[in-house]
This record gives sequence, structure tokens and C-alpha cells, in this order.
Amino acid sequence: MRLSRSAMGLSGVIVLSLAVLVGVSSARTTRHHATTITIATVNNPDMIVMQSLTSVFTKKYGIGVKYVTLPENTLRQKVTSDVATGGGQFDIATVGTYDVPIWAKNKWLVSLDPSFAKLSSSAASAYDLKDVIPKVRLGLSYKNNLFALPFYGESSMTYYNKKLFAAAGLKMPLHPTWDQVAAFAAKLNKPSANQYGICLRGLPGWGEFGAPLTTVVNTFGGEWFNMKWEPQLTSPAFKAATNFYVDLIRKSGEPGATSSGFTECETAMAQGKTSMWVDATVAAGQLTDPTKSQVAKDIGFAYAPTKVTPLGSHWLWSWSLGVEASSKNQDAAFKFLTWATSKDYIKLVAAKNGWASVPPGTRVSTYKNPAYKKAAGAFESIVLNSMLTADPTHSTLHKVPYTGVQFVGIPEFQNIGTLVTQNLAGALAGSTSVDSALTTSQAQVTRIMKQAGYLK
Amino acid sequence: MSAVAQPTVRRAPRRRRPTPAALALNVLTYVVAFIVFFPILWAVLTSFKTEAAAASIPPKFLFHATLDNYRTVFSADYFLFFRNTVILSTGSTLVALLLGLPAAYSLAFHPSPRTPKVLSWVLSTKMLPAVGALIPLIVIYKRVHLFDTRLGMILLYGAFNLPLVIWMMRSFFADLPKEILEAATVDGAGFLRIMTRIVLPLTAPGLAATALLSLIFSWNEFLLAVNLTSANSGTLPVFISGFMTSEGLFWAKMSAASSLAIAPVILAGWLAQRSLVRGLTFGAVK
Repeated sequence: MRLSRSAMGLSGVIVLSLAVLVGVSSARTTRHHATTITIATVNNPDMIVMQSLTSVFTKKYGIGVKYVTLPENTLRQKVTSDVATGGGQFDIATVGTYDVPIWAKNKWLVSLDPSFAKLSSSAASAYDLKDVIPKVRLGLSYKNNLFALPFYGESSMTYYNKKLFAAAGLKMPLHPTWDQVAAFAAKLNKPSANQYGICLRGLPGWGEFGAPLTTVVNTFGGEWFNMKWEPQLTSPAFKAATNFYVDLIRKSGEPGATSSGFTECETAMAQGKTSMWVDATVAAGQLTDPTKSQVAKDIGFAYAPTKVTPLGSHWLWSWSLGVEASSKNQDAAFKFLTWATSKDYIKLVAAKNGWASVPPGTRVSTYKNPAYKKAAGAFESIVLNSMLTADPTHSTLHKVPYTGVQFVGIPEFQNIGTLVTQNLAGALAGSTSVDSALTTSQAQVTRIMKQAGYLK
Repeated sequence: MSAVAQPTVRRAPRRRRPTPAALALNVLTYVVAFIVFFPILWAVLTSFKTEAAAASIPPKFLFHATLDNYRTVFSADYFLFFRNTVILSTGSTLVALLLGLPAAYSLAFHPSPRTPKVLSWVLSTKMLPAVGALIPLIVIYKRVHLFDTRLGMILLYGAFNLPLVIWMMRSFFADLPKEILEAATVDGAGFLRIMTRIVLPLTAPGLAATALLSLIFSWNEFLLAVNLTSANSGTLPVFISGFMTSEGLFWAKMSAASSLAIAPVILAGWLAQRSLVRGLTFGAVK
């Protein structure tokens, strides 16, 4: 009896403790606002600036903003599971050009057209949707409906170290070919001096190694799939492009290339360890910033290299903001979207951090602004022209059934791209040949496409 | 017979010269300790570097120290995540102890023929990888509105740490001489009095070790936290992972966040070092 009384007393303590915990749990930790929206985002430099300026938005509209910042892949999984289960955990999701059409098709994002139609004429004119770079808008649309607004955009281009080129008596053309790049890389490669001819991504992943490789395949006249959705990984053009890419890295590239992604190559370029780098235009600002780059004054810019065709030789990507279909604060979310992607926001960033730091690749007006032209003079025209000419609907020599420049706009591509680049990492490391890796990949991709119902 | 007190001459104990083998063992111990400690040291050093210096190859041991990374971490809602982590780990440890101590007591002092099976069952709940239960947990938590709440995470971590508490505390309780408890019962002491006056004081080092381990497991847990929390109840491991970026350097900032996240646990472990070691070795030698 005594024991059971004690047990009851203990149970009481437990219940009391839980009650206290419930109280603690429901305690709010942020300031109260009539409406608070939650944004799922990545920790890219421009996004950090956005977070630091959010108080301006809250002050203007009285809408609180919470951020959930996660690594790109974790964020994609989390937001996908949230929208798929209708969780309503996030009001705004940070999405890439690859995701938008797929998510729109799945009705995970809401179309922004009705919200734009509701805007007053003065608000619509102030926002000026047509000023958003047309190809970027196209990439963020599905069935002629806009589903996201670009926060910053990028294409790809060639970075080179002018000092090293001058010392070797070399001159980088404005529009180089891959053959010229390979020749330069061979001449400038001096491993004994810890200096490499070129840095290219070799880190497995559809968005890492897969992105520049696909642009090389495109410009060599290859494609991932033909019009019947048959994988083309063992086609002569795909093989030639992949062999070229892998050979270039193995002969004149960075050591340990299978662990080199955007960040590693950017670091190598900023430290003067590599003579060339072909990658995202968004790195231009960082590479020319003396606080982040040891070779800020020596960085030169050229268009992305080409081979057989200029089509698909440079990519198109934007990190964008879309309103989740399960959001309970869609009006407030739309207000944030139009604030964070507005001309006024760009001016706000310029006033705080200077024109060189404004989000690039979103608005044509940014590239017409004299202050921006002055701050980003060395690369602004290459970036704008690259973005204007990168066409996700026409990125290969032959006709293909998919959209996307550096990716194939189907849900299965995340898996396919990662799988193939994992196989090719073996070729980069020298444990297998490119042809063998591609033959294996062709069989694997064929199986995936059959399982997904593209092939019979 | 007279006893003459002789002044005692105390000789200083002769210091034995360490043998080469003992010296080698000593050096080896220091080397192993340094290797184990090096990642933490490197994270702390990196946290004071600029991003460019943190990413430089070969690594820099001499550099201009900066506090910029710590400023960035503090301006990125560190305290919200820190508060969540403190509440979640202490709350879940409390829940696990409140439920686990009576269970361990019962299993140790009132065993039944089924006790071994009960113990095996308790342990078997730890055998399922957490990821195996993840999707059902997400769905259930969303339905019962425990998703992204501190209460939900406290209950979950409490449940995950319960087997640890039951198993550890049962072994500590089982080492107590039963005669003491019988004597206390004869003297009229009830369950609570026996627990608070006899059992817990005698097993205090074990209790401290169990509580600390439970606290550390909850503090460091990532998989459940990243999937079951969002803007409201995220913990420090989730906060650290948020510094990863596909575009730009992040090692120095991430190291600063890591240093700030592990500091309280290292401090707690250091302060409770004696109890922890005593508790973990309690009953190990019989």
C-alpha cells in the first residue's frame, strides 16, 4: 500500500513536470506579430544578406519572419516532405530552377499570376515583372504560369589568372574553345610549384560534378536522352565530352578532384593555386573582393568555353522564392517575395554593402545601372549576355524531350545525375575507365527510366 | 622499563626511475590523447580564422585571429537554438530519469521470472535505427500537433534515453547490498524515503553518470532534430548544419558554431569528470 502511494506521488511529480514542460514548450521566443511567415532557405551569401535586412520588411509591413536555414539537400528533402504531407511548416521555400517546374506540376507551389493580377497598377509598375530577366522567368514557369521569383541568378563562365597567363605569354580569348582551354591548362600546370592548370568540379552529385559536365556534353553535341527518352550516355558525343573532361582534370587539373566542388575550386582560384576555373558567374563578386581573394586584381573573365555548338555551353540557374501550396499565410508570403526580389531591395543592399554585393542575375535594370556597371564592370556584360543566351528550352544540338541546361528537368534526374557522377568519380580517381563507367551508367539509367515508365 | 621516544626520521620515498617501457607508455598515452583531442582543438583554432585562412592548403597554424565568425554566429539566432537545446536535453533527461528510476528500482529489487525478458525488450528498442521510425514519427507528430514543439522533442528524447537509464541504473541498484534496504524497511521507511535517503545517495555517482550521458546524447542528437523541428524548436546540431553552403566558404563560421555548441557539454563533462568516471566504473570490478 505504501509503495502504491509512493508510486502515485511519483506519478504526480511526473505529470507536474510534464505540465511545466508544456508551459515551457508553448512559451514564445520571438516578438509577436499579427502574422509571422516561415522561410526555408540555404545559407548562401546572398541569402545571409537577405536575413540581415529582413527587419526592414517587418518594419514596413508588420509581418514577422522566421528562417529555417539548412544545407541544400536537407532543405530540399524537408520542404518536399512538408509540401507533400501538406504540413504547412513553411510559407516560402527557396527553390532552384530545377525544382520549380517539378514542384509546380505536383501542385506544391502556388502560381503567382493571380497575386500579380491583384496588385494595384502602381504596385505592379513599381515591381516591374518584365524587368526580371526573361530566360530566368521562363525557367521559373510551368505551363506559362510563373511559380517563383528569382532572388539571385547565375550562368557559367571562365575565370582565369591574368598574372599567370601574362607570365606564360598566353592570352585568353573572350570566347574560348575547350581545346584552347585544355592547351592553356597543359602549359600552366606546374604541380611541383603547387599550381594547377585548371580546376573543375569532380565532387559526385547532380548539382556538383553533374552541372559543368552536362554543359560540356551539350557543347560537344551530346545529350542525356533522345526523343524516345533512351539514355545516350554511350553515344560518341557523350563519350567524347566525358573523356575530354576527365582527361583534362587528370592531366592538368587539381589533385583529389573527386572532392572538389564549387567551394573547393573557388578557394583554389582565390588563393592563386589554379590558373583557370569554369564555373558559376556568382563567384565573380567573391573572387574580385580583396578581403576574400588573394588574387582579386588578377582575375580575368571570359565566356564559357565551347566546342561543336554554343548551345548549352553555359548554364542557367537561379535561387528563387516560391510560396508553398500548404502555406496558411499566402498573402503575407507574396508580400515578402515581391519585397525581396524588388528593385528597392537591390537598392537597399547596394546602400548597405555596395553595388558589387547586390544579388546578381535577376533584373535587366541592375545591369543598366551605372553604379553597378562601375562596380562590376569587369564581368557584368559577360554575366548578362550569358544569362540572356542560356536557353533551358533549347540547350542541345539535337532535339530532346526535356528542358534544362545543366540538368534534365525530370524528378528522376537527381538520382540519375548523382549515380552517373559517382561512377565517373571512379574514372577521375583512376580506378576505372570513362568508357567502362559510362557503360555501367547507361545500364543503370536505362533501368531507372524503365522503372519510372519513360521506357517500355 | 622506560620507553625513550626516538625521533623518527622520515625518509623521502625514493623516486623510482621510470622504466623505458613506462616512459614509452606515457608518451603513447599523450599521443593518443592528443589525436583524440585534435579535432576539437582544430575546430577551435579554425573558428578564429578568416574563411580564406580556414580553407587554405596547406593548413595555417599561424594566422591573424578574428572574432568575426563568432559575431556571425551570435547574430544568427544562436541563443534561440542554445535555449532550445538546454530545455530539450534537460527536460528529456528529467523525463527519462523520472520514468527510468522506478523501473530500474523495480527490476533490481523486485525481480520476477520475466525480468530478463523485460530487460531484453527494453534494450531491443535501441536496436532499431532511428531512421527506421522516422517517417511514422513525422506523420504522427504532425497529426497530434507535436511537430516542431519542445514538448514533442522532450518526450521523444526521453523515450530514446529510457533504455539507457533503466539498464545503467538497474546495474547500479543491483550492486547495493539488499540488507541495507531490508533494514530500512524494518525501520519503517517507505519507498520514497528509501529512494531519497538510501538508494540515490549510495548510487549518486552512477546517477550522475547516467544523467550526464542522457544529457549528452540529447544535446548532440541530429537526425531526429533535423527532421522533426523547424523554426521553433531546432537544436544546436541543426543550427551548425545550417552554415553549410554550396556557394561560398563556411568552415570558419561552422567551426565557431561548433565550438559554441560543444563548449557547455565539454564543461559539464569536465566538471563532472570524477563522478562520471566513478559512475561508469562503479561495480565494474567485483
